[in-house]
Amino acid sequence: MITETKEYMSVNFLISQAKNIQIVINENAGEIEALDQNIGDGDHIFNVQRGLKLVVELENDIKNLPLQKGLNMIAMKVLSGIGGSSGALFGTFFMSMAKTPDLDKNIDFNKACEMVITGINAMKERGKADVGEKTMMDVLIPVSEKLNELKNSNTDMNEGLSEIIKIAEDRMLATKDMLATKGRASFLGERAKGHIDPGARSSQLIIDTICKSLINK
Amino acid sequence: MKKFINNVDDFLKESLNGFGKAHGDIIKVNFEPNFISRKTKTKEGKVSLISGGGSGHEPMHGGFVGHGMLDAACPGFVFSAPTPDQMQAAAENVDSGAGVLFIVKNYSGDIMNFQMGAEMYSGKNDSIITNDDVAVEDSTFTTGRRGVAATVLVEKIVGSLAENGGSLEECKKLGEKVNKNSGTMGVAFTSCTVPAAGKPTFDIGNDEMEFGVGIHGEPGRKREKIQPSKTIVNNMLEAILDDLKPQKNEKTLLFVNGMGGTPLTELYLVYDDACEILKSKGIEITRSLVGNYCTSLEMQGASITLLKCDEEILKNWDAPVHTAAMRWGM
Repeated sequence: MITETKEYMSVNFLISQAKNIQIVINENAGEIEALDQNIGDGDHIFNVQRGLKLVVELENDIKNLPLQKGLNMIAMKVLSGIGGSSGALFGTFFMSMAKTPDLDKNIDFNKACEMVITGINAMKERGKADVGEKTMMDVLIPVSEKLNELKNSNTDMNEGLSEIIKIAEDRMLATKDMLATKGRASFLGERAKGHIDPGARSSQLIIDTICKSLINK
Repeated sequence: MKKFINNVDDFLKESLNGFGKAHGDIIKVNFEPNFISRKTKTKEGKVSLISGGGSGHEPMHGGFVGHGMLDAACPGFVFSAPTPDQMQAAAENVDSGAGVLFIVKNYSGDIMNFQMGAEMYSGKNDSIITNDDVAVEDSTFTTGRRGVAATVLVEKIVGSLAENGGSLEECKKLGEKVNKNSGTMGVAFTSCTVPAAGKPTFDIGNDEMEFGVGIHGEPGRKREKIQPSKTIVNNMLEAILDDLKPQKNEKTLLFVNGMGGTPLTELYLVYDDACEILKSKGIEITRSLVGNYCTSLEMQGASITLLKCDEEILKNWDAPVHTAAMRWGM
């Protein structure tokens, strides 16, 4: 992807994104909670909100740290402070991002893509869920695949980000007609059909928020 | 929402505080990370059993920490799996060198967090996963059946074997046997309210019941009109017997478990119905357990668990136990 030289992944970038995401998630909390009560047990939104609050509160402890240390601290905070599936999955995401090589060098957009792809792959491994199983991975895996495609192409960045926004939204909506085979909703069988997966919805909102903030840059 | 609450954020901490004060002769409550351990150290050579899960199912699991059952329990937030650092800290605290057996209910969040905890713990450890709920389909392509009330029986029976010197491998094998030989079916009349949500998890009519409900109020097989107890119990037992296929005259343990909001008087009535139905089918009930052991906050409802028993299971069931929620023989 053709981009200007800018910092795309830093501790301050992560904190400011967490703040943006917190606002969007709080605005949509009622909807996500209702989705979860339809097919899950209603804890997802509280876990996501708790996680975002913890990350935002970390600001003063991590703002001057190098990226790898900052990511590790975010990972441990998320892992120990959230609980449920979300805590394990997002904790795994940050922990794996921290393991990407050469984090002490300038991170360009391609490198940032590589980090996110590594993180999403680790989540897939941890949750043992693939696309089509009515979970947050229905949004995250296609986004990761698109990032992989974009990072070695000549696509214009704003165009690429808009495509990702579209993919996340389409895949989120597609969970509505899926039969769940993983996660809490899988216990429902046919009755889970007709409801969007709450994890897919919260993940889509996160992707949407990050991409839009980058497009507006 | 009507609950005994001061502040939603302090709900778990204050409840754990009270639990620690009320049962200080048996257990100790550790904070940050949260886990409940026995008051006395695990004796050398004894395998340590650690379970845990979201809070809101009390007395499971903290109420089962003590002689003859668990060595530690890790409580998560209400209905949310505990975090890996809790399992790691509990294992480091209670392992006497003979290894740790994690007992995990089959829910995605519990599985992932216990797996990570086990990876972070450097000592010898293994896990068993309970999945006794016959209400949902089992398949290698899905998360599979939920782990519910039979987890109580696994913890009691394996706890006895561990107390009597069983190795990590033997404990795991017995736990898997108990799980495989038990089946559970639950019914709910009302919803429960998660404190952080402040409103009921699901809507249900005054004359309706959720057949096959999970222990978080997650839906089950179908929504039906409420029926006489005998009919409900018969339908529950049919689902269990279809799955367990006990032989004629096979010995069983019958466990009637309250979901938290149903009085004992009704649970005993359910027990009576279940006895009659099982007797008519030639199934022998040799042991019983009735009470609120694996609950869903204030939900009205009950589950029935049937466990097919051999001599090893019976011997370990009868062995002495001394925990906050279960005590006999000592």
